[in-house]
Amino acid sequence: MSPGTVALSIIFGIVAIGSCIGFLAGNKRQVNLEEWAVAGRGLGLVLVWILLAGETFTTFSVLGISGWIYSKGGPTLYVLVYLALGQVFMFFLGPSLWELGRRFGLQTLGDFFAQRYGGRLLAATVALAGVVFLIVYLQLQLTGLGIIVEVASFERVGRTPAMLVSTAVVACFILASGVRGVVWVSVLKDFLLVAVAVIVGIGLPYIHFGGIGPMFTALIKAKPGHLTMPGGTLNLTHSWFVSTVLVNSLFFAWPHFFGSIFTARNGDTVRRNSLIMPFYVMPLALIIFAGCAAILISPGLVNGDLALLTAVRATFPPWLLGVIGGAGALTAMVPAAIHILAASTLLAKNVYRPFFAPDMSDEKIAGVARIAVGVITVVALCLSLNSSATLVGLLILAYSGVAQFAPGIVLGLYSRRVTGKGILSGLLAGLALAGFLTFTHRDPFLGLNAGFIGLILNIFVLAAVSSLTSREPSGFDTPAAAVRTPT
Amino acid sequence: MRLGSSAPRVNKRPSIGSIVLALFPFGGMCFSVALWDRVTPRVFGLPFNMFWILAWLALTPALMGIVYRIERKR
Repeated sequence: MSPGTVALSIIFGIVAIGSCIGFLAGNKRQVNLEEWAVAGRGLGLVLVWILLAGETFTTFSVLGISGWIYSKGGPTLYVLVYLALGQVFMFFLGPSLWELGRRFGLQTLGDFFAQRYGGRLLAATVALAGVVFLIVYLQLQLTGLGIIVEVASFERVGRTPAMLVSTAVVACFILASGVRGVVWVSVLKDFLLVAVAVIVGIGLPYIHFGGIGPMFTALIKAKPGHLTMPGGTLNLTHSWFVSTVLVNSLFFAWPHFFGSIFTARNGDTVRRNSLIMPFYVMPLALIIFAGCAAILISPGLVNGDLALLTAVRATFPPWLLGVIGGAGALTAMVPAAIHILAASTLLAKNVYRPFFAPDMSDEKIAGVARIAVGVITVVALCLSLNSSATLVGLLILAYSGVAQFAPGIVLGLYSRRVTGKGILSGLLAGLALAGFLTFTHRDPFLGLNAGFIGLILNIFVLAAVSSLTSREPSGFDTPAAAVRTPT
Repeated sequence: MRLGSSAPRVNKRPSIGSIVLALFPFGGMCFSVALWDRVTPRVFGLPFNMFWILAWLALTPALMGIVYRIERKR
């Protein structure tokens, strides 16, 4: 058999096993909206951990991080840092958010804003912005998947068919099993991803340089300055690092991450999960080592995203490339599934229902959400097949844009002075400023992350408007019995 | 600050001690970047900045474990 056939059959096998797991996970369960969106709030520590790890470690963790260390160098460390620090926020916020979720039947980020601040405009704005950010994030996963399968199959499968087939599979198991399907596919994905990280992160340096230490010695000699900031860039300085780490560590505000809090069995599970999560960031360091080795093994690549796969293809036998390709495909499919799920629930529950069908039952909303799955999948697929400069801008904006939701969440929990109007004005101002800086190529601005500057304006505006508007009661003070319990 | 009326508060603020402890990882990994972002001294063959981050990835759960105990007693 040719190397391409070997690799291709292994990729196909892994994706097929993953898909079967995804379909079977929802079997014999009645999948209503509560089960579909938050797994009936019944997941224990291990499954919640796997779900959140599944969401956190995306194709960016494999291709993006190795690509960054390859072309940009030292600034890449921001990823490890924000992932660990974000868990500190989760530690404090997670149990309270979970408890409010149980008490008021919250399933989405939009539900939180609707319950706390009342009205439908703020919740719908958050939901719509969240859907846009999720779709561009989803598009990134699909593009990454295309690259992985194309390179790992020795170009036997093109990007477009790889994306089409895997996206269709993802949409199907989301429809069949909801979030529980994602969790069980993620079990296989995490196991494979850690195995791959160990093999490439230790294997590449040992095979080519005789160890990780000698590899770094050779790299520091060949490219002095690459491994510290700003590395291979001009403007990713220490101030950029601090501001970017702070903005990105607010990732609990991503709608899919926020929604996953509610899948836990209790608040303590969420908290203990945030305790152990930094350990799972360590395999990413191995991916960074592999990317460093690729700098010397496969120099001169224009597209850094291909660095890791090119170095692996030059080093390991085809079957291992197949395993990496399959793991890579699942690493894209799991986050893609959870993005589709979160976006479709937001669209149905927090945009469609309040404006077009206020009396619709949760059961019918679940049907609308399933239609939204189809729409969102098709939109994201079209975007990944026709990438544009606007899309790249939107993707950069997604990370800094999501951080603009954070004040509404944190202050919604701990402050009684903030008002819905204040939060909405701050959010719009922060999004507008971050968007303006990003789309006019001024990010980083004065050495600071655009989202960070947006966040400062956001907090300033929300404080000003909140102090000018009259106090409102918090929706969290309502007795839970008055709230419609989800069916 | 006016306290909630009908429902008991679930969103209790964490204690000062917990917040101070939780700020350590931010100091160690984020704000101190200018101090540790260097290649030498090499530790276990790693550039110093990578060793430093990896050490904090192990230290952060340990610190938060202490915070967990503090918060559980309250």
